[in-house]
Amino acid sequence: MTPVAMREAIVHELSVCQALLAQVAEIAAAHGASAVARVTVEVGPLSGVEPFLLANAFEVASTGSCAAGAALSIETSAVVIGCLICGTESQVRPNRLLCAACGGYRTRVIRGDELRLCRVELQVQTAPRLQTA
Amino acid sequence: MCQTCGCAISPGNAHLTVAAEGGRGPVIEVLQDLLAANDRVAMHNREHFDQYGVLAINLMSSPGAGKTALLEATIVALRGRYRIAVIEGDLETDNDAARIRAHGVAAVQITTGTACHLDAHLVHRALHELPLEGLDLLFIENVGNLVCPASFDLGQHRNVVLLCVTEGDDKPAKYPVMFRAADLVALSKSDLLDVLDDFDPERAADALHALGGETPMLRTAARRAPEIGSWLAWLERELAERRIPAQAPRQEGVATVAV
Repeated sequence: MTPVAMREAIVHELSVCQALLAQVAEIAAAHGASAVARVTVEVGPLSGVEPFLLANAFEVASTGSCAAGAALSIETSAVVIGCLICGTESQVRPNRLLCAACGGYRTRVIRGDELRLCRVELQVQTAPRLQTA
Repeated sequence: MCQTCGCAISPGNAHLTVAAEGGRGPVIEVLQDLLAANDRVAMHNREHFDQYGVLAINLMSSPGAGKTALLEATIVALRGRYRIAVIEGDLETDNDAARIRAHGVAAVQITTGTACHLDAHLVHRALHELPLEGLDLLFIENVGNLVCPASFDLGQHRNVVLLCVTEGDDKPAKYPVMFRAADLVALSKSDLLDVLDDFDPERAADALHALGGETPMLRTAARRAPEIGSWLAWLERELAERRIPAQAPRQEGVATVAV
């Protein structure tokens, strides 16, 4: 990737990171936690997001936030399609979404386009808040 | 407990999610789409378009594939029949909006600075400057980029991706996310096919076909003697589906070459 393309790509992943960190901050605040130990996301090959660039952008974007210093785990998946003609589920390349059994093109993506926050592991600092009714 | 089914964890029950392992904090299962916030604004935009009976089309392509030129030819061809407005997206300049306004059509320019794509929030802000009352058709010309815009729902009804014949005919295979998102692929500047020996429309169609689905592909030529008949036919079908009537009947004797 050329330096210009790399910079453009990181800007893209940065805006995705901002959305990610907003969700993480909301969850941390809801649990009275001021720091986050680990964030786990799922990034599929058809999500339009590149895991390596997301990891780089996360380091930059998390600075000064409750997720500063947090580990980022990225789970990836294969692309799995379901055939609307013969019903077979097959694992395919991201740019070849044809049924492996019958070659049909009427397919739908079952897995592979996810861009999800899976879980947040909070840092224990004090005991969780307990509210008596 | 997850964030997506509405059973929000409250301070009153948060202690139930604390992991028993010493030193490790609570692990909160989430399973929420990262672009959920964008999608909420996009849904709001879409409701806005539906409320006013406007067909909204997101136009995407590489830089220089001919999006603005196609819009200019479309405006000329549909003048008096449908009321059009345009939202333009570029990193810098309002050159494209100026070109649209020169045809007497309202255009709002979004300059993103460094952002490589439009998102629903930017479009929502632009709509504050663009009353939809009385409009039939809104084009959103996205930032020239075959990568990022595909991921961001703007609230549009249809995605149209331009593939210029001066690009590679294997582009759909190289950019599957973008071309999979297309409801229509237009081979732009197709009048140049006569002088090019390295673009095979059949190969481009095969690469598009290999992404699954039945996305149609048609040809357009927007400059000099425009040939955009099949593009106009597609637009009019989409408008008819949304029961948006033409203001005037198509004139007899006006040549619309089907390509």
